[in-house]
Amino acid sequence: MSTAVIRRPRFDISLPGAWRYWHRNATVFRRIWLLGIMAWFAEPVIYLVAMGLGLGKYLERVQGVEYIEFIAPGLLAVSTMFGATFSVTWDAWFKMERVGVYHAAINTPLSVEDVALGEILWGATRATIYGSAFMVVATGFGVFRSWWGLLTLPAIALVGLVFAITGLIYTYAIKRVDYLAYYWTLFITPMFMFAGVFFPLERLPDWVRAIAWFMPLYHAANLMRSLMTQGEPAAALSSALWLAVVAVVLLPLPLRMLRRRLVG
Amino acid sequence: MDKPAVVARDLSKTYDRLVAVKSISFDVPTQTCFGFLGPNGAGKTTTMRMISCSMPPSAGELSVLGMSVVSEPRRIKSRMAVVPQEDNLDEEITVLDNLLIHARYYGIKPRVARPKAIELLEFMELAEKRDQEIRELSGGMKRRLMIARGLLNSPELLVLDEPTTGLDPQARHLVWDRLRSLKRQGVTLLLTTHYMEEAAQLCDRLVIMHEGRILVEGSPREVVQENTSPEVVEVFEPEKEFQPQLEALSGFAQRVERLADRWLFYTDEGDLVLEKVRGMGLPPGSAWLRGGTLEDVFLSLTGRGLLD
Repeated sequence: MSTAVIRRPRFDISLPGAWRYWHRNATVFRRIWLLGIMAWFAEPVIYLVAMGLGLGKYLERVQGVEYIEFIAPGLLAVSTMFGATFSVTWDAWFKMERVGVYHAAINTPLSVEDVALGEILWGATRATIYGSAFMVVATGFGVFRSWWGLLTLPAIALVGLVFAITGLIYTYAIKRVDYLAYYWTLFITPMFMFAGVFFPLERLPDWVRAIAWFMPLYHAANLMRSLMTQGEPAAALSSALWLAVVAVVLLPLPLRMLRRRLVG
Repeated sequence: MDKPAVVARDLSKTYDRLVAVKSISFDVPTQTCFGFLGPNGAGKTTTMRMISCSMPPSAGELSVLGMSVVSEPRRIKSRMAVVPQEDNLDEEITVLDNLLIHARYYGIKPRVARPKAIELLEFMELAEKRDQEIRELSGGMKRRLMIARGLLNSPELLVLDEPTTGLDPQARHLVWDRLRSLKRQGVTLLLTTHYMEEAAQLCDRLVIMHEGRILVEGSPREVVQENTSPEVVEVFEPEKEFQPQLEALSGFAQRVERLADRWLFYTDEGDLVLEKVRGMGLPPGSAWLRGGTLEDVFLSLTGRGLLD
């Protein structure tokens, strides 16, 4: 009898579809944003105040600027990273595994790829919201020293996109929610500490810098610093390029992973 | 006569090693209610998922609303709707927002979606709940909201996977009533259930599936007529001394089934068998006559053993 091998096109993406799923997330966020934003946005601000003003009092200038001016761009990158990561780890997991938001969406004309792409774009959006909120606070501390700082907003969006993609790859790979904690302890926290947010890596051994080069947050912090305090467009461009290449290379992965996970 | 809403030919689905659906063929005529019956693990849900384009078939052909599920999933999904077995409403937002967000998935503009959503909430008797959060709804209300959500795109085909499992009788009858009303409006309904009464109440045609295959197909009446005796005499907890006499009655029955607490005589001559049983002097009320049912067919075809 008929045993035709049945293959669907590899990718089935529609931008309006992704946008509609993005809109679902935005609608829910509008209802509940105050509940979540404080926790995730307050943390980098606390670091900024405590380290920048507290610890900063005892330190010499770092790379020619006040300590708070040194850490503010890095913490802006961190704030953005947190925003994206929270959205694509706990939040995405909950929608996918617990409350059936994904299944409800793919029973409509939306494809699996639309949902994954919408999730990424939403993660980047949420990161941009968190990053911008931090930027507003940081501005109050007078940390912008260059007109290149006007490009900070698109830079935030790019950083948010990268962390939305990496986080979602992890979330779509794991089978149990408990494993999400490892993403934070093995990926996010080490970057937070060792990617050049709190201290420059210049005087550290080469191998430390070699490892840091592979950390997205290292490039994100450099990007923000080049724009906000150093005013070095060439350095900013090279960091932005690193992030953009990573985003483009990794983007298809979560889309494919979600199809395998939900459709088989 | 319109083309069937769903056409399946030699449709199969294999997961890793397990063959969940084994080369089944069926047609679902438009504007009817078509039921898939079967115990857990029979392949009903897998079949529904293939029809709703959320899982590709492993082999065979499957077309829905005249289009192949493999090549046209988006177009099919825009003209059908699925009410899955488990409620998957958005817990964090209100009833009305749930409908508006879902309507957006279909590309329905808010100014069209809003009146439509309100109309559907009225249809499912949820109008007063529109601004409540999902967690404040009872199980029956959630189910009704799931059905309301499934009607947003005015589907030609509505797939319902066990639509009334877990509902109380009031809620169940309300759902049945609404489904019948949809059928009158020309919607083709496709449902799975393991409530035989639900199938008898709603379905124009049905199939009984077991272990990935279709065992019988027809209208509920045909299926009963062709697969079980017209009458059944049940004898409740007979004393041991009556057993030889009861065994002697097997000649009057097509089939005799002995369960832990009762004997069942599947027969064409119910009155005669009942009279003979009563003549043995069993306590009054311990034997009675009833018509053959879909449940009899179901159990005789799929067995009484637990299946999962």
